[in-house]
This record gives sequence, C-alpha cells and structure tokens, in this order.
Amino acid sequence: MQILSVVAISFYLFSTGAYLAFLYRPREQFNTAGFALLATGFSVHTVLIAAGFVSRGHLPADSLAATLTLASWSVAGVFLFLQYRHKLKILGVFASPMAAAIMLVAHRTQGAAAAQSPELFKSFWLVFHVVAILIGEAALALACGVGVLYLLQEYAIKTKRHGFVFKRLPSLDLLDSTGNACIVFGFTLLTVGLITGFIYAKAVWHRFWGWDPKEVMSGISWLLYAALLHGRLTIGWRGRKAAIMAIIGFALILFTFLGVNFLFQGHHGEFTRG
Amino acid sequence: MIEIVLIGLNHKTASVDLRECIAFNAEETRAALRTLGQETGIKEVVIFSTCNRVEILLTCEDSRRAIETATVFLTLNKNVQRADVEKVLYVHQGEDAIRHMFRVAASLDSMVVGEPQILGQIKQAYHTATQTKTSGVILNRLMHRTFFVAKRVRSETGIGDNAVSISYAAVQLSRKIFGDLDGKQVLMLGAGEMAELAVEHLIRHKVGDIRVANRTFERGLQLAKRFNGRAIKFEEIVNALEVVDIIISSTGATQHVIRAKDVKSVMRKRRNRPLFFIDIAVPRDIDPKIHRLDNAYVYDIDDLKGVIEENIQDRKREAIKGERIIDEAVIGFRQWYANLDVVPTIKALRQKISTIAQTEIEKTLQSLPHLSDKDRQAVGRMKDALINKMLHDPTLFLKGDGCHGDKANYLDITRKLFKLDE
Repeated sequence: MQILSVVAISFYLFSTGAYLAFLYRPREQFNTAGFALLATGFSVHTVLIAAGFVSRGHLPADSLAATLTLASWSVAGVFLFLQYRHKLKILGVFASPMAAAIMLVAHRTQGAAAAQSPELFKSFWLVFHVVAILIGEAALALACGVGVLYLLQEYAIKTKRHGFVFKRLPSLDLLDSTGNACIVFGFTLLTVGLITGFIYAKAVWHRFWGWDPKEVMSGISWLLYAALLHGRLTIGWRGRKAAIMAIIGFALILFTFLGVNFLFQGHHGEFTRG
Repeated sequence: MIEIVLIGLNHKTASVDLRECIAFNAEETRAALRTLGQETGIKEVVIFSTCNRVEILLTCEDSRRAIETATVFLTLNKNVQRADVEKVLYVHQGEDAIRHMFRVAASLDSMVVGEPQILGQIKQAYHTATQTKTSGVILNRLMHRTFFVAKRVRSETGIGDNAVSISYAAVQLSRKIFGDLDGKQVLMLGAGEMAELAVEHLIRHKVGDIRVANRTFERGLQLAKRFNGRAIKFEEIVNALEVVDIIISSTGATQHVIRAKDVKSVMRKRRNRPLFFIDIAVPRDIDPKIHRLDNAYVYDIDDLKGVIEENIQDRKREAIKGERIIDEAVIGFRQWYANLDVVPTIKALRQKISTIAQTEIEKTLQSLPHLSDKDRQAVGRMKDALINKMLHDPTLFLKGDGCHGDKANYLDITRKLFKLDE
C-alpha cells in the first residue's frame, strides 16, 4: 500500500513537472506527457483505493489520511475528465500539483482509523455520500483554480500588459465557461452528496439534519454556489465576480473539509480525526 | 564543379519604382525562364518575383559569365539603365546563395519579419520553374530543403506568432477575450482604412453579423454592402451595444461617441457578456472610463501600437533562433552539394564496394583455415582486380562525356543508387 501511494505521488509530481514545462514552453509534447503521467498516477491511485476497499471490506474513508487519499484521487479524476471534455490544457498546472500535494499530506498523516464501527462504512448511502461530495469538491477546487487563472488573465488585459500571463493563458471566455462547467458539475455532485448524507443520517440517527458544524458549513457553501449559479442565469454574474466567488466558495469548502474537524465537535469529526 | 548563384534586388536595395519596372508577372516569368534556361552556361534557373523582391537563382559552370548573362537579361528585357540596376543588384554565390534562399523563405529577410506569404510565393515560383523544366537536380534539392527549413523556422520559433499590424493586433486581442470569434457580432463606427482592414480580419475569423454606423447613412450603406452587413443610424448605436460584442471605432467626432454611462446601462441587459472596444480614432471616440467597468475592455490606438511594438521585438528575438536553424541547414546542404562532384562520388563508390568485398572475404577466409598466406594474397588480388574492372566503366562514364549535359543528375542517381550519402 505504501509503495502504491509513493508511486502515485511520484507520477503526480512528474506530471506537475511536465505541466510546468508546458507553461513555460508551449510544446504539445509537454502537455501530452503531463496528461499521460497524471493518467498513469490516477490508475495506480485507483488500484490503491480498490486495494483499501478489499482489505477493509468497506470504502477507505475512515481516517483523515484515507479521506485525503480519496480527495486527491477525485481531483485527478475530475481533471482528467474535464481535460477530455474541455481541453483547458493549462489547468494541469493547477490540478497536478494539487493532486500531488493532497496525496503527500495523506501519505504523511498516518492517523489511526477512527473508533467507528466498520459496519457504518458498509452503508451504500454513506459510500455514495462520501464519493459524491469528494468528487464535487474536487470539481469546485478546479473551478477555484480556473478562477485564479481568470483573474490573472483579466488583470493582464485590463492593465494592458501583454507579458507571460497574457501569452500563455487562454482566453477569458474559455476560462469563464470552464469555470462555470466545473461549478455546475461540482454543485450537482455536492447536492447529491448532501441529499445522500441526509438519507444516511435519517437511517442511522433518525433525523435528516443535526446542526453538526460540518453540516452547517456545507449548507452555507451550497447556498453560495447556488447563489452564484442563479446569479449567472438571471443577471449575468460572470467574469471577475464569478471568479472571485468561485475562489471564496472553495475557501469555504476547504474550511468545511478541514477546519471544522479541528475546531469543532460533531459527528463528522469522528470519521476523519487524524 | 557546378556553382549556385543568386542574383537579385529587394526592398532594402531598390526603391519601389525600380522594383515595379523589373518585376515579372506570371507570363513574363515563364518566358524569362525559357530564355535563360536556353542560355549556354546556365544549367538550371528559378525566378522569384514579388512586390518586394526580384531574384534569379541559377546553377552554372562559370559564375562570372552567368552573372553577366543574367544582368544583361534584366536590363535588356526590362528596359532600364544598366547602371541603375547594377547599383541595387546583389550577387550571392555558393553557401551565401543557399543561406540567402533559406532566409528569404523563412521570412527573415522580409520587410515585416515573419510574414507568412513569402513561402507560398516561393513555392509558386518553383512550381512555375518545374513546369518550364528549368529546375534540375540541384535546384530541386535546394528548393525542397528551403521549404523544409522555412517550415521548421516557423514551427520551432515564435517568428510568426504575434500580430504586427494594428488591424491584426485587434483581432488577436479579441481572441484573448472571446476565444473563438465564431458568431461574435461586430459594430463598426465611422470608416477608415485601418478599421476596414480590422473588420476584414474579423470576417476571416468567422464573426457573425456586422453592423455599420456612419454619420452619413449612405456611406454606411456602402460599407455595409461591402461587408455583407447592415447599416444602422448613428442614433441607434447605444441600442446596438446590447447585442454586439466587438466595436471598432474610427469616426472623425471631436467628442466621445460612446460614453461610460451608456455602457453601464447596457451591461445589465447584456448580462455582463464582455464588450470589446477598439478605438482607432484620434481624438478618441470611446470614453476611456469604460475600460474600468467590469467585462468591458477598451484599447485605443496607442495601446495597439504598444502591443505591436512589443510583438516586433519578440519577432526579432525569435529571428535569432531562426538564423541558427538556417546555419545548421546550410551546413547540411553544403555537404550534400560538395559531394555532388565527380571525384568524391567515385571515391565514395569505390570505398563502399571495397568495404563490402573486404568484409565478405574475411568472413569466408575464416572458414578456410587450410589456405596458405600465398593463397590468401591471391584472393586479395582477385578482389582488387574485380573492383577495378567493375568500376571501370562507371568511372569513365562519370568522369568523361558519357553523361551529356546534366552531370549533376547522374551523380545524384549514382549516390542514391548506392546509398552513398549515409
């Protein structure tokens, strides 16, 4: 298991290198190499998670390390999918190091599994809940990355400085529409994740909503993204505003994902306390 | 030894009136190729004539005579004073001619470094020369190398990457904002050469509807007809802002034609879809405050000039890389060309055959250990005799007059037949 995780991290790091090279020298080989390396890392990563599944008999999401491993896997997977659909090559510069970094943290965090009965993790709803939320959040993380790129490019165009950023980053329109696609996708999965969470809570604790800090924060993030999507459809919240909101939204998500576990008590903490 | 000579004039050496006089059109080029091709002493010839240059590329045995013939041909044929022509004419020979050819095709010698048309023009010129059958083995090879090198320079350096004209810079900026220009709507305010050129560039990028607004509606109608668009009244401009994406402005107005508050109110109706204003007019038509609004971008003539200035500097830096690629290619071609002579070819041929024979004999002798030294020497002598006899006729043929006319051709075939260039 350790070895698989090291191999996956190495591939993600190599992929990061290739994408950085692509950023500085727009040669198609670098992009292809980055993509192939990331895809290979992702395959190894998938095997790692599948092995965890088999050895524990349930979804490996019972410690912070395991959850982070899943999160990194989601980032890589969502990026591969997006790349396949939207061809925003330069986003690799953001996605590869992110997958690598999360995986590195997961690798260093050797937390024991939480004192939860493994029976809990066998629930279909819980698996669904965890996977949907993580993939959704990965998409929102990429939306944040695209948002940063948008702001950089917009700044270059507004200040009329046509240097490195202007030349290497794609058009505002492509960044804006990719960001939006990420948010639509992420928001949908976040919604699905929240609903399955409710169903699961109902089954285990006989209530849908328990004012758990993580539930509350997730609710707030969900509302923010809902507002952003609604604003785009009705009054055209796009461009800079949307990019900034995508970044704030992801900051909220990060806080929900990590901060809540460390700062507050609640039933989510027991799953992921490292 | 056959020599490569290039003689010509270009925008750096000759004024436009002289270039005009000397330029060949397609029909004249064909006639000139036929005439020059029949001159004794000129073996192969290709003529390039564009608005910036007239060049004759030829191969010959006696370069002095060939240069004289070509110069006389230019002056007589074109009815210009010989003294005038000689002042502006440059002559490159051998390696210099090869390098010059590569540089021209790669657009390093162009008025606007990196412009893409020149390669097509050279291909066309070569095509004409192949039709009149005045291009032979050396120029064929040189031209194919030229195309290859030019493509390499274009793809491996950023020499043609960035716009160096106002109108094209406007298109490039639009692409950084909108990505694909497919279906984007354009509004043209006023008229003017630069603005019209920019609209033409945009049309080539498949923009959608074109609207034209002019103070005099009739002039607007004319322009609209030319661009297949429609004319609108000057008073309708603000309404049009709801639907158009790119505005190119070049009116003679002394005050701003579009004000910030117009755009502000329209932005909401547009649901913040981006608006890009290209203001070519002096004094400016578009209120520069608009640039501060979200999703609205204003570039005026100075901004565009700044962009171009940067791009020209970029191209110059990239051109240095191009020169390096060309230097490499010149060395490669020179090697092939230097070997395309009788002595090196015969030498290489003999070398190749004797190497093969030697290896085979050594192999055989290993399995015949009972042979005495004397026997072995006899086998060696037999080998030498065989090689000499076999190569006797080909050597005589290549050295002597066996190959009438195009000796380079037979040398080239020999080298290819025996794979001597590897």
